[in-house]
Order: sequence, then structure tokens, then C-alpha cells
Amino acid sequence: MFTFLFISLIVGSLMCLYRVMVGPTPPDRMVAIDILGILVVGMCALFAVYKSRGFYLYIAISWSILSFVGTLALVKFLEGRGFDE
Amino acid sequence: MSNNFALAFIIIGVAFDLLGCLGLVRLPDIYNRLQAATKSVTLGTCAILFGVFLEFGFSSGGIKALICIIFVMFTSPTAAHALARGSHIRGFKLWEGSKVDKLKEDRKK
Repeated sequence: MFTFLFISLIVGSLMCLYRVMVGPTPPDRMVAIDILGILVVGMCALFAVYKSRGFYLYIAISWSILSFVGTLALVKFLEGRGFDE
Repeated sequence: MSNNFALAFIIIGVAFDLLGCLGLVRLPDIYNRLQAATKSVTLGTCAILFGVFLEFGFSSGGIKALICIIFVMFTSPTAAHALARGSHIRGFKLWEGSKVDKLKEDRKK
């Protein structure tokens, strides 16, 4: 059962990596990286249930915050502004 | 896994994640991909985390899952909104089949 769920999430991550590689414009790649971060959060939660250990959820929380900050930094770069505006 | 409700929530969440990634691959332009992928992947990840909460109960793991639901539900739509607005400001074109562009009409006023 868990093997099937993990394989589904890994297939989704490979789809995101496909969009990162062939995406025609820069925002496509940024969207794919953002979605990949949220998928990793889900995968950490699934791993916490699979191993019955709670500390994998710490990785999920910090990964969600880091993905958010990284996406906002990329968006400021996309709008053509500097980081100190 | 002892709890069947938790397993059902986790399976629904994984299905939403997979369909969101399929939309990310198949749809034609940046805005369509953004609205297909972000909403369904956010809902799917929140469903997985709620399944984790149902499995662990009100222990330390379950409370961490609830906090993570709150974080994902706040940060992911904010990032998607900023990304859509930034790419519209930068001037990336819509797909040629798109009919309505309300932000452009608002900027003309």
C-alpha cells in the first residue's frame, strides 16, 4: 500500500522535474519548483506515518517555510527589482 | 496503519497531488499551469497532513501535523499569487485561446 503511495508521489515529482527541464519560460520553472517543495512536504508526512516517527514533520514544517521564502525571492528577481527594495 | 479514515484521507491527498502534477505537465501556458497545480497540490498535501493527524491523534506528532497544515495553507497561495502577478507585470503572454484578462483591463484605467 505504502509502496504504491510513494511511487505515486515520486511520479508527480518526476513530472515537476520534466517541467523544470523543458519549461519554455522562466515562470514555468519557478512554478514547478514551488510545487516540488509542497510535494516534498507531503512525502515527509507520508514517511512519518510509514515509520511511526513524529520528527519527520519537523522537516515538513521547515521545508514549507523555506520553499515559500525561496519562491518569493525568485518572484522579486522576476519583477526586475533588487532584493533591498 | 490502524485507522481507516486516516488511510482514506492519505489516498485522496495523493490522488490530488498526482492530478495536480498532471495538470502542470499538460496545460498550455503559465497561468493555466499555476491555477491547476497550486490549488490541487495544496489541497492534496493538506489532506495527507490531516490523515497524519488522524493517525497520530492529539500527541506531539498530530499537533505538528496541524501546525504544518496552517503553514502550507498560508504560504502556498501567497507564493502562487505573487508568482502570477510578477509574471503578468513582466509581460509574459497569455495562451492564444484565453479570452479574459481582467488585470490588463484594470491597468489600462
